[in-house]
Amino acid sequence: MISEHRLRALYADMVTARYYEERLQEEYLEGKEPKFDISAGPIPGELHLAAGQEAAAVGVCHHLRDDDVVTAPHRPHHVAIAKGVDLDRMTAEIFGRETGLGRGKGGHMHLFDPDVNFACSGIIAQGCPPAVGAGLAAKKRNTDSVAVAYLGEGAIDQGGFLESLNFAAVHDLPVVFVVEDNDWAISMPQERVTDVEFASKRADGFEMAGVHVDRDDAVAVYEAAAEVVGRARDGNGPTVLSVQVHRRMGHFMGDPQSYRSEEDQDAAMERDSIERMEAHLRDHGVDDDAMAEIREEAHERVDDAIEWAKAQPKPDPESAYENVFTNPPSGVTDTEPDFDLAETGGEGE
Amino acid sequence: MTVDRELTMSRAVVEAIGAEMRENEEVFYMGEDVADYGGIFDSTQGLLAEFGYDRIMDVPISETAYLGAAVGAAQQGMRPIAELMFVDFFGVAMDQIYNQMAKNTYMSGGAVSVPMVLTTAVGGTYSDAAQHSQALYGTFAHLPGMKVVVPSTAYDAKGLMHNAIRDDDPVVYMYHKRLMGLGWLPAPPGPKTPVPEEDYTIPFGKADVKREGADATVVTLGLHVHRALDAAASLAEDGIDTEVIDLRTLVPLDRETVIESVHKTGRLVVVDEDYRSFGLTGEVVSSVADEALDALEAVERVAMPDVPIPYARELETEVMPAAADIEAAVRNVQ
Repeated sequence: MISEHRLRALYADMVTARYYEERLQEEYLEGKEPKFDISAGPIPGELHLAAGQEAAAVGVCHHLRDDDVVTAPHRPHHVAIAKGVDLDRMTAEIFGRETGLGRGKGGHMHLFDPDVNFACSGIIAQGCPPAVGAGLAAKKRNTDSVAVAYLGEGAIDQGGFLESLNFAAVHDLPVVFVVEDNDWAISMPQERVTDVEFASKRADGFEMAGVHVDRDDAVAVYEAAAEVVGRARDGNGPTVLSVQVHRRMGHFMGDPQSYRSEEDQDAAMERDSIERMEAHLRDHGVDDDAMAEIREEAHERVDDAIEWAKAQPKPDPESAYENVFTNPPSGVTDTEPDFDLAETGGEGE
Repeated sequence: MTVDRELTMSRAVVEAIGAEMRENEEVFYMGEDVADYGGIFDSTQGLLAEFGYDRIMDVPISETAYLGAAVGAAQQGMRPIAELMFVDFFGVAMDQIYNQMAKNTYMSGGAVSVPMVLTTAVGGTYSDAAQHSQALYGTFAHLPGMKVVVPSTAYDAKGLMHNAIRDDDPVVYMYHKRLMGLGWLPAPPGPKTPVPEEDYTIPFGKADVKREGADATVVTLGLHVHRALDAAASLAEDGIDTEVIDLRTLVPLDRETVIESVHKTGRLVVVDEDYRSFGLTGEVVSSVADEALDALEAVERVAMPDVPIPYARELETEVMPAAADIEAAVRNVQ
């Protein structure tokens, strides 16, 4: 049975993530209305927001420690928040500032926080193999840390995912593949591109465990994840965990969503995981005032992070040339030994 | 009769594809978000309504499978067009592109043809960072067996697309996002041009002199044709007369037009949005040196430095060749 303390913690991260996306949306659209020009406003580039997907993030990540590894896809903020990524520096990165996680070089799809072992990638399913590698490292070093790869349901048809399932299964690696099913691969509904009903069925062909949570309910995810993360941590192998979530916003900001019916959009808005969470809290005797307090703290944390980020310096243009390598191009040395090698002529076998 | 109907580059691309599909029912289009969405970069806008889901096919996010399926269908004699949403995504499917699509004709001694078009969006300027901003022209042009097309105007885009679809070889057709004329990613002046309504083909390997000049030769392609023209306009105010050559295709490469121009100007500036080393700029300079070393008085290269493309605007602007960089290079060779 989930504790009230845990419920509050899940809720706090969910409302932080939701408010974060709403505030980023506001900031992002500044200067982009009425005419949307991607190069206008304080936030550069594309922006993929995850409002409606919080349950999958918190339900799994609340079983993880800092030494557990998470890889996220192009829609990463909610997972980063649940994993404990430094919110100030993540926000500074999204605003393209020098003190951001990647010194303004990575941006919102490419966030790296090694302190909590979080990374993400803008290429569909390509976070899966590195998660497998983290699981491999844990197994070789005989630690009990686990790796979690997040991906969308559109990514389950990609080779990088399917090959990762096989590798993880054949080596019994401590990896959990969390598929956030928001019904849409940009404009493509799931039934147009795949014949499986839900993503956890992909596990069947690899003789590995598959678990499906059919509603965006953070408590249901948390309970399912207890089993699958536990299985990985105990050395009993990988799992595909699919979670039905919903997409409250476009694929990216500026997406006209003209391919999506109003009914579908309305239905998504009604399937609100946060309202569902509030019902759980009420069942545990947490009243509306207490919830309002949690929300207020979350909002303050987000507002502070955004304010801090916007006050950070922009990167020095010259820094564009730094960080291509860790070592100098010459490698670990800039000298070569001077051996006295015999002249053998190089003949013979 | 003067053609005065102007189209954006995306409308011109779509017009050519639509015409070829009408003409030949073996032409079909596969890609992610090409049906209802009409292509993230408007490459198939409006085609679903006319041709339906069977011929404007949304595909799973499985590039190896659908690009490879295009190779297979092409080898059966069909004429598929397969879209890779961003060129940066080629990494997940490169084997089908460079080991299958590009080599099967050669390895079969000419017994097999692969008449397909691989369309893909390229380029930066809008802070899409390291995995969504690359040009990668040189990567595709380096590997033998693919024709590589990079239009810079609507007029060129239509004629080159007709030629691409009718060609019996694989053609990689790379359109720059900034030139397509998208509402959310406004194009500079230049790519929107008059476009004839009838079908026409533009041959591969024939560069277009976009501006004639006597003092320096600027060789470039794609977005940077327009940046070079801006630089040339500015240089003209100081009496420097710049010739701007739009290569239009990299494979085949029209070395002749470039060399002829260098014979006239003696000064060569090669501009590329792709990485500097091991790429287009080195290839063009070396081609001129091979054939016309005596004519070459000065050379400059303007290209993306050898770093992944950064996200923050200040950083992307630093590395992305601008009109001012081209202008400075032309002044340097004077």
